[in-house]
Amino acid sequence: MDRNFEYMFYGFTAAWVIVIVYVISIALRERRLRDELDRVKRMVEDQEREAKK
Amino acid sequence: MRTKIIVLLSVLAGALLAWNLHTIFLRVPDEASQGAVFRVFYFHFPAAVTSFTLFFIAMFSGLVYLRNRDLRYDSAAAAINEVAFTFALITLITGMIWGRIIWGIWWAWDPRITSYFICLLMYFGYFMMRRAIDEPHRRARLSAVLSILASVDIVIVWKSIEWFRTQHPGPVLEIRGGGGMAPGMEAPLFWNVLVFLLLEAALVLVRMRQQLIQSEIESLRRYAHAF
Repeated sequence: MDRNFEYMFYGFTAAWVIVIVYVISIALRERRLRDELDRVKRMVEDQEREAKK
Repeated sequence: MRTKIIVLLSVLAGALLAWNLHTIFLRVPDEASQGAVFRVFYFHFPAAVTSFTLFFIAMFSGLVYLRNRDLRYDSAAAAINEVAFTFALITLITGMIWGRIIWGIWWAWDPRITSYFICLLMYFGYFMMRRAIDEPHRRARLSAVLSILASVDIVIVWKSIEWFRTQHPGPVLEIRGGGGMAPGMEAPLFWNVLVFLLLEAALVLVRMRQQLIQSEIESLRRYAHAF
């Protein structure tokens, strides 16, 4: 069981690290996009209010 | 609805993966000559097969865009290619780690590995190009063309172990004319292909949802500029 176990561990670790980093990057992008969407919506509402005045 | 599908796909992938990892680590014996490191193949092969599948789906999505000029297909292609690229990277890295212990080297410039490296470079260029072009239709057109060119390289990667004598092992599975694997060793491999496909489908759906949000932001900006 122990033969070349170390490199098997490296292989699985590398695969998991890539997946986890990618999922974290997606989660960060999701938060940034939702923040930006809220900001742009507020900007449009402000502009609409200004236009009505 | 989309969120429910994403959650369902993720839960299914997670449950299947847990069961499959149990099989791979506790039920499948060590390979006679390679020892424990052969288990890397259970991630290497499914990541390769499923990333190739996604690259081809993205290429067809690009073709549909070229036909009807609907930007939704370009968005879908970009989302699919991004997920496929991540799993292609897993294929490359796990292959290098396996090669280090079995061949004694991290890298060999043989046809399979070199063509695979070129494939990754082409898709890396695809993402760089998308960031560099602002005009949506020009970006979509060039992306579709590059996707078609890159998919030709995928065929070369796939067939290289049959066309050339390579450092990379020849076909292993019986369905590709190889000697096959020992009984009980092959099933977890195909289950992992399914796990990866479910996981990738969930990630693609998340990325497509994000691109919809991005489109909404861009249209709101255009609307705001109209005042």
